[in-house]
Amino acid sequence: MGKKIMFYPGCTLKGVAKNLEDSTIESARILGYDLVELPGWTCCGAVYGLAQDSVKFTIANVRNLIKAQNFGKEIGDNRLIAVCSMCYNNLKRAHIDVMRNRDKLKTLDLFMDEEADYEGNINVLHYLQFLKNDVGFDKVAEKVKKPLKGLKVAPYYGCLLLRPDEVAIDDREDPHILENLLEILGAEVVDYPLKNECCGSYHTVDKKEIVGERTYKLLTVAREVGADVLATSCPLCFFNLDKRQEIAKNKHNDFEHMPIVYFTQLMSIAFGSTSQEVLHFDKHYISPEGVLKKWL
Amino acid sequence: MKYTIKEDPHKNEMIQKVIEISGQNIFSCYQCGRCSSGCPMAEFMDVLPNQVFMFLQEGDVDTLLNAKSPWVCAACFTCTVRCPVGLDLAAVMEAIRELQLRKNYDYVDPYKVEDREELPPIAMVSNFRKFTP
Repeated sequence: MGKKIMFYPGCTLKGVAKNLEDSTIESARILGYDLVELPGWTCCGAVYGLAQDSVKFTIANVRNLIKAQNFGKEIGDNRLIAVCSMCYNNLKRAHIDVMRNRDKLKTLDLFMDEEADYEGNINVLHYLQFLKNDVGFDKVAEKVKKPLKGLKVAPYYGCLLLRPDEVAIDDREDPHILENLLEILGAEVVDYPLKNECCGSYHTVDKKEIVGERTYKLLTVAREVGADVLATSCPLCFFNLDKRQEIAKNKHNDFEHMPIVYFTQLMSIAFGSTSQEVLHFDKHYISPEGVLKKWL
Repeated sequence: MKYTIKEDPHKNEMIQKVIEISGQNIFSCYQCGRCSSGCPMAEFMDVLPNQVFMFLQEGDVDTLLNAKSPWVCAACFTCTVRCPVGLDLAAVMEAIRELQLRKNYDYVDPYKVEDREELPPIAMVSNFRKFTP
């Protein structure tokens, strides 16, 4: 067993994004870390509440942070890893918010009288940050068995890993953390100008056409700059860019389908772990199998 | 589009509510247009992001309450991080939505959502948080 680190999966990883969860845990296992699910975690709320006069959107996140505080003491590590961009963004924002506005924290602590108070020492990290700063990309490089040589990947960050400023995992206008990782895996990373643009997010529920248009634009540009596949870390971006290709294709004749993958899937493949129990290609609408078959 | 200076925004109760809910000083916007130029949703909006501040400054909250734009904003924070005076337009959009949602208004009916089986939970949770009371 590797070193134990707290892991916050989030609801989507338990269902439609099983491929993200399993490939994350598998890639961490190969690197010598045991991602242990945070006991009793609850929904992060997906979007952070922006109304200044309300604390209701912060409750669930602070509750999760308190659970991490308790469990962290047990395993002797205060790092909490999330891989879903939305979960990362929410947990991190909640942490920063209550640390900056102590009266908010006081209100929440009073409201949640069944739990201990939040002490503010949980270090919320996105898996990419953890790989870069805690594991080290040189250690990642050591584990690469099948370099993804010749695979042209468009790195896609979306919004929530980079905005707002206080939660950004890298430079918000010109990030490189994902590119650096993909290059270490041996992939050929294309210069993708729309890497930090929004995919349409939650409009996929009631305004699918908007998301179809965004998908068309994002993937057409990815194709133009030479990508075969697009790598992301957000299950909502994944769904929008994958599933909504149907709408993009119906509306635009010149649209060409492009498979979407999670960066963790590419990591697992490069580490030589290609079982479907890790990759779950059945969760993709546009199968990446064709593009990736050289390494499978 | 027709612009009319309706009333002193300092005396307009709804605009004061927008200021309070969003926590933003709407008067510091000087119409540079950077929010609109970077907005990925601007092409689907009827009132452009920079115009939102203009209407607020001119005391015209009705146009905003009837506009599609607050419901088209995807809260991607591109405008927020690029604003030269540090205004959080995403929070202002949320405040305009909140004015209506807090009167028990449903912009989205959860029962009428298509492909509910396939949608990831985060899509529905985020959508209903933004568009239902």
